[in-house]
Amino acid sequence: MAAGFWSTDAMGAPLIQYLFAGLTSGAIYALAGLGFSLIYNASSVINFAQGEFIMIGGMTAASLVAAGIPLPLAALAAVAVTVVVGMALEKLAIEPARDAGVVSVVIITIGASIFLRGVAQLVWDKDFHSLPSFSGDIPLHVGGAVLMPQSLWVLGVSMAVIAWLWWFFTRTLFGKAMLAASANRLAAQLVGIAVKRVLLAAFALSALLGAVGGVVVTPITFTNTDAGIMLGLKGFAAAVLGGLGSGPGAIAGGLLVGLAEALAAGYLSSAYKDAIAFVIILSVLVLRPQGLFGCRGSDRV
Amino acid sequence: MNTRLRPLAMLAIVLAGAPLFFPNSYVYDVAGTALLNAVVCVGLDLLIGYAGQISLGHAGFFALGAYGSAILTGRWGVPPATALAASAVAVGLLAFLIGRPVLRLKGHTLAMATLGIGIIIHIVLKTESWLTGGSDGLSVDPFRAFGFTLAGERPWYWVAAVLLLAVMWLTGNLVDSPLGRALRAVHGSEVAAEAAGVDPAPTKLMVFVLSAMFASLAGSLIAHKSGFITPDIASFFRSIELVTMVVLGGMASTWGAVAGAVILTVLPQALAGIEDYESILLGAVMMGTMIFLPRGLVPSLAAAVRRRGRVS
Amino acid sequence: MLLEIAGLTSHYGRIRALEGIDLEVAEGELVALVGANGAGKTTLLRCISGVQAATSGRIAFAGAELGRMAPERRLGLGIAQVPEGRQVFAPMSVEDNLRLGAFRRRGSDVAADLARMYAMFPVLEAKRRQPAGTLSGGQQQMLALGRALMSHPRLLLLDEPSMGLAPLLVAEIFAIIQSLKAAGTTIFLVEQNAAAALAIADRAYVLETGQVVLSGSGADLLADPRVKEAYLGV
Repeated sequence: MAAGFWSTDAMGAPLIQYLFAGLTSGAIYALAGLGFSLIYNASSVINFAQGEFIMIGGMTAASLVAAGIPLPLAALAAVAVTVVVGMALEKLAIEPARDAGVVSVVIITIGASIFLRGVAQLVWDKDFHSLPSFSGDIPLHVGGAVLMPQSLWVLGVSMAVIAWLWWFFTRTLFGKAMLAASANRLAAQLVGIAVKRVLLAAFALSALLGAVGGVVVTPITFTNTDAGIMLGLKGFAAAVLGGLGSGPGAIAGGLLVGLAEALAAGYLSSAYKDAIAFVIILSVLVLRPQGLFGCRGSDRV
Repeated sequence: MNTRLRPLAMLAIVLAGAPLFFPNSYVYDVAGTALLNAVVCVGLDLLIGYAGQISLGHAGFFALGAYGSAILTGRWGVPPATALAASAVAVGLLAFLIGRPVLRLKGHTLAMATLGIGIIIHIVLKTESWLTGGSDGLSVDPFRAFGFTLAGERPWYWVAAVLLLAVMWLTGNLVDSPLGRALRAVHGSEVAAEAAGVDPAPTKLMVFVLSAMFASLAGSLIAHKSGFITPDIASFFRSIELVTMVVLGGMASTWGAVAGAVILTVLPQALAGIEDYESILLGAVMMGTMIFLPRGLVPSLAAAVRRRGRVS
Repeated sequence: MLLEIAGLTSHYGRIRALEGIDLEVAEGELVALVGANGAGKTTLLRCISGVQAATSGRIAFAGAELGRMAPERRLGLGIAQVPEGRQVFAPMSVEDNLRLGAFRRRGSDVAADLARMYAMFPVLEAKRRQPAGTLSGGQQQMLALGRALMSHPRLLLLDEPSMGLAPLLVAEIFAIIQSLKAAGTTIFLVEQNAAAALAIADRAYVLETGQVVLSGSGADLLADPRVKEAYLGV
């Protein structure tokens, strides 16, 4: 990841700076974590290709903008492309392996991740690509800290997406049907919910979450075809930290991972920021295997 | 005893005969690496296939073995054999300390935890460049013991072959021992294992430690063999590659672990001419095998052969 | 015939759960299926709903072969099931559970149906915002029944509706079943409580180790000495 999150130009109030950087990266982890939880709830599958959704979203938008397409249009197209990739992944690789064991499906999603990265390297290249910031690069000064306006975009768009998800799952019949299918698969089938369509929708939504994250964060971090690996793993960490399958847990987990590594990078060592995030996750897992907010089975997305 | 030794004898014959078909030293080189990967996989298969515990961080143990040997021999002049043993013991101890709390976790949380351990090891190796050379890597002295220097692709092939046979003999004994039965019980159901009077925790821990030590041994030897190592041998991708070797070949089948290691070591070499497509093909092979042969290559092929035998 | 089953066989792995079942339910009938635990009663209902595959034999509904039709399409035809153990969507509200019952019917007159269910089960209206998992066993049974009725079923499959309920509640559930029949709903009732089931059934079948061993009118079976001995504890 590029240095954007961790710039330490500010002389004073580094704490605010670190917290803000943590929330910004945490928002992306939260979106990825939600993607993991969505698919996990629909199918008990851990989709290790989640990070590639972030990469494909960012790379597609970057290359479309470079080709002269206006940013809003490029962003929409990038999300659409990623959603199609997500649905194709479910149809072609996950659905045919429905009866395989958990480890086999994990290998399939890891294989898909490597495959997608390979395709991306053919379509694009291994270089870093960027997007222009959505509303310029004039920094804002808040309490002595320097904030990039794009960080506000990341937070705002993430909150909007999360609010939309909340609306989808609590206010629409299909959203409720997806919840029902994860709460009780048999009963869902008996009220006429097609479990296959729920799984397909879960992959589409997860791809959407990843792509949105990828598009909004690319102006800050830049992106390349390998960018999805760490972001995906952090998203998985966020989901496990919050209790796999819990929506609010994934959001809280994402923000916690983001804050922890920003503070660690700021006060301890920036080289160890990734490691410290995982140390925290390991300690939490050992002390509370069900995650911080999980209570085994209940409280799903 | 005979039934246990027969497959081992078969493997010995295959390993001894294979070089007849090796056209040049490059093939010896790849084959030696494949066999050392197989050593890691036999241990990992014990953990995944027999004990049913996943580890997405084994590349970390492999890399610790490699760096242990490299640093002990290179910086402090420790004899390679001693360095190899010391690294293996240290890695075993580390696995013991980590394994006690971590192996209480199950399924996806265990996957997350082992993945985290691997990543932490990777980052430490990358960051502590005063000791490890950082991302630039570290050159490793050749393996010397009893006045001999192990050099050249051919001797390394034979060393790897002998080590693989030894490791397989050891695990073969283990799988057939009371501990092996305990292992299978742990895989079947921990509740059932407890009911049968087997405490799963020490069994799982022992296998975890053993598999980490196998990985360390193979890592030490690969370091001496290649003469140069970088922190990338500890990467998440490398851990995944190891697990894929086991699953691709077939879990709970020692032959499967060897087949998987050989295929996934040779495949990228064979694809070297078309590097652009390497990831695409590797990913497709991983997905295709799991979709069409979910039990892995060796068990699926064995089942197919048995079916044909019954028909004819 | 609304439901016709002929030669139905089904397996769980290698274990045969049903062995050549022949059975019929006519429009407007209340047919009971009684038998001991593990006789295959639940498996039969799972096959009719399409959540369990038949190995051989045929199931026809309103003259149409069901074959390998997906469960959601069977629901569209009008086959609804109240599964064993209620299986409510525990974390979701009572009202959401009911609305999901009408999942295949989208929109249309769901509000009117909700009002009808609340009139039939006033206790559900009082708890409509509560998670279904917090309801008592009897209330969950009513919710599961209401959820199935929300789909306007032509055939209602009931799996052990009285299981685990206090005697007073059992009587209430059976009264509701009778009123549903009186309103014209076709019902296929699976019960271990053979006496109560046979008393309200037009016809009934007795299932033993995956086979139909007896059939007849409810009253006849109630008087049958073999049934009395095996299922009525007389």
